[in-house]
This record gives sequence, C-alpha cells and structure tokens, in this order.
Amino acid sequence: MSVSSAFNDEKGGSSSVGEPEYGHDPASGGIFSSDYKRHDDLKEMLDSNKDSLKLEAMKRIVAMIARGKNASDLFPAVVKNVACKNIEVKKLVYVYLVRYAEEQQDLALLSISTFQRGLKDPNQLIRASALRVLSSIRVTIIVPIMMLAIKEAASDMSPYVRKTAAHAIPKLYSLDPEQKDQLIEVIEKLLADKTTLVAGSVVMAFEEVCPERIDLIHKNYRKLCNLLIDVEEWGQVVIINMLTRYARTQFLNPNINESLLEEGSGGEKAFYGSDDDEDEDEEEKEKKAEAMAMAKRKPYVMDPDHRLLLRNTKPLLQSRNAAVVMAVAQLYFHLAPKAEVGVIAKALVRLLRSHSEVQYVVLQNVATMTIKRRGMFEPYLKSFYIRSTDPTQIKVLKLEVLTNLANETNISTILREFQTYIKSMDKDFVAATIQAIGRCATNIGEVRDTCLNGLVQLLSNRDELVVAESVVVIKKLLQMQPEKHSDIIKHMAKLTDNIQVPMARASILWLIGEYCEHVPKIAPDVLRKMAKSFTNEEDIVKLQIINLAAKLYLTNSKQTKLLTQYVLNLAKYDQNYDIRDRARFIRQLIVPTEKSGALSKYAKKLFLALKPAPVLESPFKDRDHFQLGSLSHLLNAKAGGYQELPDWPEAAPDPSVRNVEVPEWTKCSSREKRREKKVEKPFYSDSEGESGPTESADSESDSASGSESGSGSGEESGSGSASEESEEGSDSEEEEEEMEKDNKKKTKIEFKKQVQESESEQSSEEEERKHKRKSKLQKSDSESESDEEEESESESSQSESEESESEAEVKKKKKAGDSKPPSKPVKMEKEGRKEMSLLDLDDFEPTPSPQITPVNTFRSSSLVTDLEGLSLSDSVLSPTTIAPSSTVKSYELLHRITGEGLSVEYCFSRQPFSSDANMVAVQMQFTNNSTSETKSLHMEDVKLQSGMRVKEFAEIESLPAGESATAVMGIDFCDSTQAANFQLCTHTRKFFVSIQPPVGELMQPVFLTENEFKKEQGQLMGMNEITEKLTLDIKCRNEHAIVQRVTTTANLSRVPCGSDKECRFAGRTVTSGSLVLVTVVTKDEGATQLTVNCEKMVIGTMLVKDILLALTQ
Amino acid sequence: MIHSLFLINQSGDIFLEKHWKSVIGRSVCDYFFEAKEKAVDPENVAPVLQTPHHYLISILRGKLFFLSVIQTEVPPLFVIEFLHRVADTFQDYFGDCSEGVIKDNLVTVYELLEEMLDNGFPLATESNVLKEMIRPPTILRSVVNTLTGGSNVGDTLPTGQLSNIPWRRAGVKYTNNEAYFDVIEEIDAILDKSGTTVCAEIQGVIEACVRLTGMPDLTLSFMNPRLLDDVSFHPCVRFKRWESERVLSFIPPDGNFTLMTYHVSSQNLVAIPVYVKQNISFFETGPCGRLDITIGPKQTMGKTVEGLMVTIHMPKAVLSANLTATQGNYSYDLATKVLVWDIGKLNPQKLPNLRGSLSMQAGVPRPEENPSLNIELKIQQLAISGLKVSRLDMYGEKYKPFKGVKYVTKAGKFQVRT
Repeated sequence: MSVSSAFNDEKGGSSSVGEPEYGHDPASGGIFSSDYKRHDDLKEMLDSNKDSLKLEAMKRIVAMIARGKNASDLFPAVVKNVACKNIEVKKLVYVYLVRYAEEQQDLALLSISTFQRGLKDPNQLIRASALRVLSSIRVTIIVPIMMLAIKEAASDMSPYVRKTAAHAIPKLYSLDPEQKDQLIEVIEKLLADKTTLVAGSVVMAFEEVCPERIDLIHKNYRKLCNLLIDVEEWGQVVIINMLTRYARTQFLNPNINESLLEEGSGGEKAFYGSDDDEDEDEEEKEKKAEAMAMAKRKPYVMDPDHRLLLRNTKPLLQSRNAAVVMAVAQLYFHLAPKAEVGVIAKALVRLLRSHSEVQYVVLQNVATMTIKRRGMFEPYLKSFYIRSTDPTQIKVLKLEVLTNLANETNISTILREFQTYIKSMDKDFVAATIQAIGRCATNIGEVRDTCLNGLVQLLSNRDELVVAESVVVIKKLLQMQPEKHSDIIKHMAKLTDNIQVPMARASILWLIGEYCEHVPKIAPDVLRKMAKSFTNEEDIVKLQIINLAAKLYLTNSKQTKLLTQYVLNLAKYDQNYDIRDRARFIRQLIVPTEKSGALSKYAKKLFLALKPAPVLESPFKDRDHFQLGSLSHLLNAKAGGYQELPDWPEAAPDPSVRNVEVPEWTKCSSREKRREKKVEKPFYSDSEGESGPTESADSESDSASGSESGSGSGEESGSGSASEESEEGSDSEEEEEEMEKDNKKKTKIEFKKQVQESESEQSSEEEERKHKRKSKLQKSDSESESDEEEESESESSQSESEESESEAEVKKKKKAGDSKPPSKPVKMEKEGRKEMSLLDLDDFEPTPSPQITPVNTFRSSSLVTDLEGLSLSDSVLSPTTIAPSSTVKSYELLHRITGEGLSVEYCFSRQPFSSDANMVAVQMQFTNNSTSETKSLHMEDVKLQSGMRVKEFAEIESLPAGESATAVMGIDFCDSTQAANFQLCTHTRKFFVSIQPPVGELMQPVFLTENEFKKEQGQLMGMNEITEKLTLDIKCRNEHAIVQRVTTTANLSRVPCGSDKECRFAGRTVTSGSLVLVTVVTKDEGATQLTVNCEKMVIGTMLVKDILLALTQ
Repeated sequence: MIHSLFLINQSGDIFLEKHWKSVIGRSVCDYFFEAKEKAVDPENVAPVLQTPHHYLISILRGKLFFLSVIQTEVPPLFVIEFLHRVADTFQDYFGDCSEGVIKDNLVTVYELLEEMLDNGFPLATESNVLKEMIRPPTILRSVVNTLTGGSNVGDTLPTGQLSNIPWRRAGVKYTNNEAYFDVIEEIDAILDKSGTTVCAEIQGVIEACVRLTGMPDLTLSFMNPRLLDDVSFHPCVRFKRWESERVLSFIPPDGNFTLMTYHVSSQNLVAIPVYVKQNISFFETGPCGRLDITIGPKQTMGKTVEGLMVTIHMPKAVLSANLTATQGNYSYDLATKVLVWDIGKLNPQKLPNLRGSLSMQAGVPRPEENPSLNIELKIQQLAISGLKVSRLDMYGEKYKPFKGVKYVTKAGKFQVRT
C-alpha cells in the first residue's frame, strides 16, 4: 500500500490546475471530473490482460507526456507493465519510466530488477537496451548498480553494447560526479576499443567527463585518426574537435617560422638598423628574435602524427553533414600550415547553399577566418553577394565577409555591389552597408575619397536613418584627414537644419567643434542655432552642444563668449544630471576665475588635443581565440563546459608517447618508420643540417629508413621465402630434403632423447600451464592451442621420420611445405623452448639453447642463398605448370622502437597451413634488438570478426639479445580482408598488433587444365566476371613478367594455355574454396584485358584492383 | 548535448516537448518568444539565443520551429544539422512535416525522438535503421493493426545499427528491381538591371530512388566528371574511388536518398535560360507607378522552359496593382505585398508580358529602390551544366535491375535586380 500512498502524496503537488481531490476507488469515480475518470480508464486498461488495451493506454499516456501534460499519477500502474511481453508496450513503458523515474524514485526501483535481468540476456540488442534504460533512470540509489552494469558492458563481446556503455558514462557522471575516477578507468578501457561503433561515443564520454585527461588519448591517437573516416557522422564531429585540442598540446605550430619571420622582419629595422655587430646583436635580441634564429637554424619539421591527422580528416570535407565539414574546417584553420588551409574554403562556400541556420553559423566562422586569412576566400567573393530575399542577419554577415575581403584589386567591384545594397528596402541592412563602406574606406586608402564622396551623396537621401548612419561614418573618416575636407564639414553643418536623428546631430556638432578652425565662420552660427533649440534636443545632442560651445570659447572667445555662457546656464538647470554635471565641470575648466587654478591653463590642450582617428574594426577581430565552430565562438562569450583551445607548445612534447600501439594496417607501418626517421632528425639536425622539408618526407619514399629499421633481417627472410616458393612447386627435390634433414639432425640430435621421452606428457603439462596463464583466451582457443601443441610436436619430431604411418602422411606434406629454411629457426627455437620447459619441470641440466640457435640461423641463411639459385633456374624450366618464384613481401608487425627492442615482421608464406586447411599460414620473424633477453613470447587476447579463427604460434620461451627466431601461425580470415587483432606478449610487455591480409593471400593455387578452366569460367559469367582494360608498363610486356607480377600479387597457379598472348591463373579461396580465375590477354602496344571470374564479388573486385596495380606499375 | 526539444507552431504554441535529461520547464521558451516578437519575419529570428542558464538553438522548417535547449558547449552546427535531420525524418515518415501531421502521429514521433538521441547524443539517425525499429504508418497497416492488434514497432530488433553499412537494412526484397536517379540542377544567379550576369553558379544534386533486392553494389560513372567543382556525398559513397577514378561506387540505402550534391562554379560560363526586359517606375508626382515585364528565352538548348513564375516583393507603399498579363495569371497579396505572376510554359513565338499600373499610398515618399524579381522555372530533360551519366553497373547481385536517369534544370536563387 505504500505504493498508493506515495502516489497520493505525489499527486497533490503535481496534478494540473483545477483538479478536485479524488480517491483511488474506481467505483467512486462518478463524481469526479472527466479528466480523472479518464485516468482511471487508463489504469483499468493497463491492468487488463489484453496487450491491445495496454498499448492503447500507453499510447494515450505517451501522447500526454508529449504535450507536456502531467501523467505522473499513473506511475504505479505503468511500472507494473515493465516486464510486458509486447515489445511496443515495453518501449512505451520505458519512455514513461525515464520521464518520471526522477520524480518517483522509490517506485522506480521496482523496475530495476527487470533491467538487471536484461543485462544478462544472450541477445546483444536486449543487453544494450536494458543498459540504456537503466542508465537513463536518474535515481541516485542505483548508482552502484549502474556502475557495475557499465563496467560489465564495457568489456562485453558486442561492440554495440560497448557503445551503449560509453553512452551511459556521462549519464552516470551527471547523476553522481563522485564516480569520476572509476568512470575514467572505464573510459580508458573503451578508448582502446578498435571498433568504429564505439569510437565516437567514447570520445563523447571523454569530453563530458574528463576532457582535461589528454594523456589518455596518446596511445589511441593514431587509431582514432585512422578509424575516423568510418565512424558515424556525429562521432566524427566530436572526435575531430577533441583531436584539434589534442594536436594543439602535442605538436608545434606549423606556421611558426612564418609568423616569427614576419615579426622578425618588423624587428629587423629596429635592431639591425642600429647595430651591425653580430655578437652584440645576439645578446640584444629579444626572446622572440632568438627563437626566430633558432627556427632559421632548424627548419620546422611537421610531426608525422600531425600530418596523419590532417591527411585523414581532409576527405571529410566532402561529408554531407555540415557539422562534420565545419569541424574539419576549424581543424585545418587551427592546425594546418598556412599553405594548406585554403582547401576548406570551397567546402565552406558549399555550405552557404544549405538552410539559413547553417548559413548563419558558417558565415560567422567565415567572417572570423577572413580576418586572418583573407586570400583563402577571395576567389569566392561572388558567393557572398547578397540577394534581396536573404534574411537580414544573413545579409549583415555576408556584408561583413565582403568587407573583410575587400582589397585594392577588388574594391571597385565590391563598392559597385554596395551601391545596389544602399537602395535596399531593408533599412537595417542599408545602415550596415554604410558602415561597411566606411570600413573599406579606412582600410584602403586609394578609395577613401570615392567612398567619402559617395557617402556625402547619401546625405541627401530621403531616409533619415541612411543620412544619420552616413554622418556617423563620415565623421569617422574625416578624422583621418580633416584639413582636406572643410567643404564636407560645411555641407554637414547645413544639415543640422534638417536632420533629426540625435546620433547624427551629435556627430555633426562634434565634427564642427573639433575642426572649428577649418570652418571659423560657420561654427559660431551653428552654435547660435543650437543654443536656440537647446531645450528641445536629446541628451546626447545637448552634451555635444556644450562640447561645441566650450571648444569655440577656447578658440574664438570674442564671438562666442556670450553664447557659451547662455548655453551653460541652460544646461545648469537641465533635468538630466549628466548634463548639469558636464556644464558645471566645463564652466570651471574654461572660464578663468580665481579659484580655478592651474587646470584652466591647460583647457585648450585638454579639449583640442589631437585625437587619434578611430579604427573601424570588424566585430569578428580576435574572435579566433575561441575554437571556431564552437558555441562560444558564435556567442563571443565562453559557454559552460567550453574547453579552451590551448596555445601551441614552445617545444614539442615527447612524440614517443603515442608510440605504443602498432598501426592498424600495413600502410601505417611505413608511416611508423617515417616517424622514426623524423624523430631522430632533430638530434642530428644541428650538426648536419636539415635537407628535405616536411612535405617531401611525407611522400612514400622511405626505403632507406625501412631497410635501416629492418636491420637486414627483412632481406634475409625475403630471400628465404623466395626459395620456399620454388620448393613448393618442385616436390621431387630430394636432395634438398636430404640437406634439410641433415641439417636438422645435427642440431636436434642432442634433444632427441628428451623429446621422445616426454613428448606426450610435456605437451599436456604445457597446455595446463598455458591455461593458467591465459585466462582471457576465447573458448575455442583452448582447442586450437592443443592443436598447436600437437603440431609443434609433429614438427619437432620430423627429423625422426620413422614413426606411425598417419603422422608420416602429415609430415610428407610438411616436408614439401614446412621444411623451409627460414622456418627452421622456429623449430629450433621451439625445441629450445621445449628443452627449457622440460628442464624447468624435470630439473635437467640447462642446455645452452641460445648457442644453438644462432648457428642455425646462420646455416639456414647460407642454405637460403643456395636454394635461391636452384629455385630461379627451376622456375625458368617449368613456368607453365607452377607458380614461379617471387619475392614474398614482408610486413612489419611491430617496430623495434615501439616494441622496445623487439621487432616482428610477418609474411604470407603461401604454404598450406598443415593443421587446418582453411587457415592462411602467416610466418613471423622475431628479432630481438635490445640488449637483454626477451622471454616467453606468446600471443594473447585475440580479437576477431565473427567467423574468423586463429591458431596461435607456440610460445617462444626465450630470445636472446640480438637473435632472431621465426614462428608460423594460422589465421582463418573467412575470405575477408578484416584484420586479426591480438596482443603480442613478452614477459614484461604487451603490444597490440594486427595482421591484415592483402586479398591475394586469401587464396591457394589449384591446378586446372585448359578445358577445366574454360568450363569453370563459363559458369562464372555475368555479375561474377569483372573485366578491366589496361596498358601494360613497358617493363612487363612479356609473358614472364606478367606471370611474375600476377603471382606475386595473388597466390595463384598458372594454367597451361595454347596462346602466348594469354595467361591464365587459377586458385581457390582458402576458407570457402570458391574458384578464382584470372585471365590476362595481351594485345598490341601493351593494351591488355584483365578478367577475373570469382563467385565472391568482393574478392573479385579487390583482386582486380590489386592485379591492375601490379601490372601497371 | 541536446537537453530538450520543443516544437512550436507559427502562433507560438508549444505542441510537443521531449526531454532527454531532466525536465526543463516550458518557461525557457519565453526568451525565444521575445526574440520572435522583435523580429519582423519569423526567419529573422537568430538561430542561437543566449539565456541566463541555457542556450536555445532553433530552426524553422515549414512554419514550425524546432527549438532545442542546450546547457553546455556544443558545436551549434551539430545541433542545427541534427534538428534538420529530425525534420527530414518526419518528412520521410509522414510525407509532410506540419503541425497536423505531427499531432496525428504523436506517439510515433515520440518514439522516433527517443531512438534518435540518447542522453542528448545522436544514436540512430539513419532512416533505414529507424524504419527497422519503428515502421512508418501507412493506411493499410493502420487498418491491419486495428484488426489484429499489431503495432508499428518492429518486433525484430534493429540489426542495421550493428552492421558496417548502417544505412542499408538487411534482407530487402523486391519483385521489381529498379534504380532511378534524378539529376537536378539549380541555377543560382543575380542579373543586374541591364541583364548582365553579376554572378551565376550551378548547384546540382543527384536524388536516387533505389529499390533493389539484397546487397547490390552499384557503380555510377559520368561522361564528364571533371565538370564537377565541389562535391559532397552520402556516407555510402566510397570516397577513395571517387578520388582515383571519378566514379561513384556505393552500396545504396534502401528507398529514396540524396546520393551526392555538387557545385559547378562561376568560373565556367553558366548558361542563363531566359532574359527579362523590365521597366518598373514609381512617379514622383501622383500616387502611382508603372510596371512592364517581358520574358523571353535565351540559352535553352532547344528545350522548352516550363513552370515559369515571377515573384516580386513590392515596397510597402504599393497598395494595389492593376495589370494585364498576355499569358498566365497574376495575383497581388495586400498583406505580404507580394506580386506573383504564374506564367507556365514559355512560348518563344509569343513572349509573355505583364504590364499596367501600380497604385501607391498617398503622402508616402516614392520608394528608393525598385523591387527585384525572383524567377522560377523548370526545364525537363536537361542538365544545364552538361553533366551526363554514362553508365550504372551493379555487382553483388545476379538479377537485372531496371535503371533510369532523369535530368531537370530549375532556377534556384535566380534574381533580377531592377
């Protein structure tokens, strides 16, 4: 019954006006007003069993809420239905609950358990919606529950639930700011999320909860930049604004040289002019000049991360969303080098076609921009021309922009345009135009007279407002050079008879007073007229009359002494105290009496001092200290929650803070290298001097740094894999195998016994050990892990070839594939590791495995060179049936700087992955460049798109300093180019890494005959066929080159063909086994037709692109 | 971010309110009404207003004000763009965005608003995602719903939000697969008294109506893409391919959408389809004026100009107009002082002419300026910039869709100064 009493209490305060008291008994409803009967109706309907009645009731209640009527008295009846099965009823109940929970906290608690149940639902969308409603209920008691729910949701499998968690963070924060610290932890976690769905929401939460914790961004900076284009539009806006602020704290001002040089050149005249001595100069220079000298010595080099941001935001200028375009525009304005800011002009001008509200905001920002960078918008001058149908506020803003854009070359056009505006019917606009003309006249000396003449003509305008405004502007202009324009002053003096607008009259009087020496005859007469009408004038005019009188008294006391006395007497008894005060003050000042003392001597100086000409400034000047596009900028006042845009730092903070993470895709790895290169630059630059400017560094030529950072290991693995290729084709190369075996035997023989002894138990033990450690692994992984163990087992036992038959089968395959030199170190390594683990477990004397490994690497590399020769000759011999050798491209997984000495490269070895035919084998080469041993290299926390699977490589127990090891892992990419993300762990650190396959690696070769090929091709026509025409590069107009290039791009095999003008290739995708057929037909002059037939359209299109690129470059 | 939303009609009644955070009283709108009082025209109300505790950001769409209440710093364009998106969604759902329609569908509107924002931050603004959650009302469905007790709320949960292409719903099926593209170009121009062009540019938009089964991947290419000076795209368009190949490659949303907008700048010569000979004068003596307007074809590329209409905002002093039109009808609205001359099709043999006298209020000085003429027109089957779609290819699905492209040229902000 507490329910009804609570509801009773509530009702008293909240029910709408004029409602009589009422009971809860529906039976007694008859005596009450119809409104309350209706509410009782609603209650009855809500209590009924029929969903349709409930729905109807809820619809009526929601309609009441929407109209702003109070429906809080229905709370208990509604809350009962929170667990209703009907989804629409449920949704409407949620709407109601969120609206009134704050008012009825106790009752709202009844619904919480429903949501808590929802949080555990297997359906991600239900989990998300439960969290959404739960977090929207603004009841303080449930803060701990919300906190828990958010924390759980933040590590949910589903990105959508994580997104909802990010949304819930600001809600909880506004409910209870005490939770800030805990929430920041959640934000930090979510910021590391790699999905586009979450990125926007979590940055929004970051901005609301802890915008000052800029340090949280460091490690996610590059990821955010790279994800940006795929984030939804609203998220883009928030991220871009945040990154602008971030960039301002972390990078150097790209325009620093320019601005300093400008200032410096100004200073040069002062400093260099006076003293020639260089040394003395050095001492005397101000701080800025010193900085300039510094800048000269060390040219500005843009941080590659700064460049990354600029590059990745630029395409968003083409967004349909005005807010996104504006966000990018402000980012460029605040962060880009001067030469690059121009790109935003076009996009902003485009927005001017949009709704008038959008125009209003954009024009405000354009106005600010035009003050600082006029040139940017000059080509678009005509886009700012005003139409008579524009709303006044838009007209005034356009006028502002036009005025800012005016310069010597375009002023005549602009003035002609202004001339038409002056005739407009919109008088406010005309007034603004006159002001604009005045500003043009002050800014551009050449047209001052033209403008002045034009304005004087306006003095005869019939509209008083126009005349008044002209007078005010003319007054300002005349102040600049009064001596030339006494006739204008005379003309204006005549106007005092007609013009009535007080401001204009006051302006004229001030002008005459100020320049009374230029019009000595007229001035006293004007004063005489004014004295006559003094009592009827407005206050500001009266003040100016007094002013005029005083000035005339000082210059021409003979004629005006009496008049002045008269005016002062009138003023003495004026109603306005300001005027009385002024009169008293002036009388004391100008009329010498005994008491007046020293001041009156200086009266003339006081009144007739040379006054500086007013500067007609744009109201938008200096508004750019607010972040453009922000509400604060628009209002020109700091809005609540506005984050100040910081000034550029004097020296760049350490850029390596962003270094932790490995870039998303392979393209970035080159960027990574580049930044490496440039990070080092400043250190050397002092002695060596910089060579290329930033821009050149940005172009993709970083081969030098690549090879440097690769430290030679890349080459080795590259050539190694070349030989693999050939081996695959030539199954019959017994000698090689022999060599292999010999080689292995030598090294393995020592461990043989141990391995044999404890093979089975060891693997299980190992597994256990791993299980304990890797708590985070996905369920399926435990399985694959054991697989892996087996695999490594079989590998290690390869050399002892006489074993069970079934295994021998596997091994045979392996020998064809796996017995490649580069992978050997792994095997060795693995054995070494096993050795170690065995030793650990069984207390054996430790065998110095490190000593063995290097020997092996050495041997294998020498072997590689041997094999290379073989493979090449081989490919020449039988090019028709096998894929010829090609250099396998290796990609960087972890750079040695990011990896703190550990560098990892990977390549797609194109060997079938032995344990799972649906996986692509990825061969990784670990190199320890640090000075200490790296222990227990393994992978953890694999994050994959649904359907993808990974088989981990076996843990590498130890990698001594300066050594390398390789390992093979398998990834089932599900025939997509989605990246596989995981953590690479050492005993001390974890690195986030990701592997993204080029599409060509998602397939494996199949052997087809010509007829089979044609038959299959015939079945893959129409939509499954993609044809491109291209012109071959001169260098690859022969068959061999084509075959080489195609097979390098994609893992396909050649299909024999009768014609030498045609090359055919075939393969199957690794996961689904869909056929991929490629035909290259060459014609004259390098004209070529490329055809790809593939059931999977996406793969087909991507493959066409890749092959096209390979063939044309 | 966005705290509350109020929908206000022309006469100043709040007929819908929605709060995404704590409730804010209606009295906050008083500041807005005050500003509205001051402004002569509703469109002259400043879109951003500052009040002691809140900021009000409003838009005007079809005689309705969408007024949002903001408490902290947020990019104003963010809010404005969102409000327009809300209005677009209403338009899309109900075919109209007027007070009556919104009141009729109050619950649907409320549900939509609930889904579009979460805690003031936009959540689902894609029409396709929303339609999966809340079905647009149709007559048939409302009949069925009353009979069966069904609802407008989708019983399947929206999966669109989860996918990488949120703008397209999954499992679309049509018996007739069709894709239509309308290339609509608007000429923005200002002509001066003598008929010379002060400025002119072309704003183009490609509206698409795509009803295709499954997940089609479309590629639209142009004969002359270099023509386009500045473009903006629907998020579905792959920007990289536009950069490299100048083709539009996209997986389309289902139904109607704006594929791209473009701009052909004034640097290129813009053809002006009509010329206007006009003579409007107000006599110094006597309360009357004279008006004489003739319109003729100029550069029409051999097509007929249709839907020709001239609108003139007369000075306040003009009381009535006594005119004769050789073609079409004219009307003069005394209250708004707007003269509309609806001509229709332009016949090159017999040029339409409107002439007669204007009577003026006595005792009021002669208007300073002659009113400018706003011209509307339409030319079918012509893109005035010369843009041409060369082909549309579809990948990803096996059927043959029906394809069509239509070109229309219209006058945008086309003004003749007199």
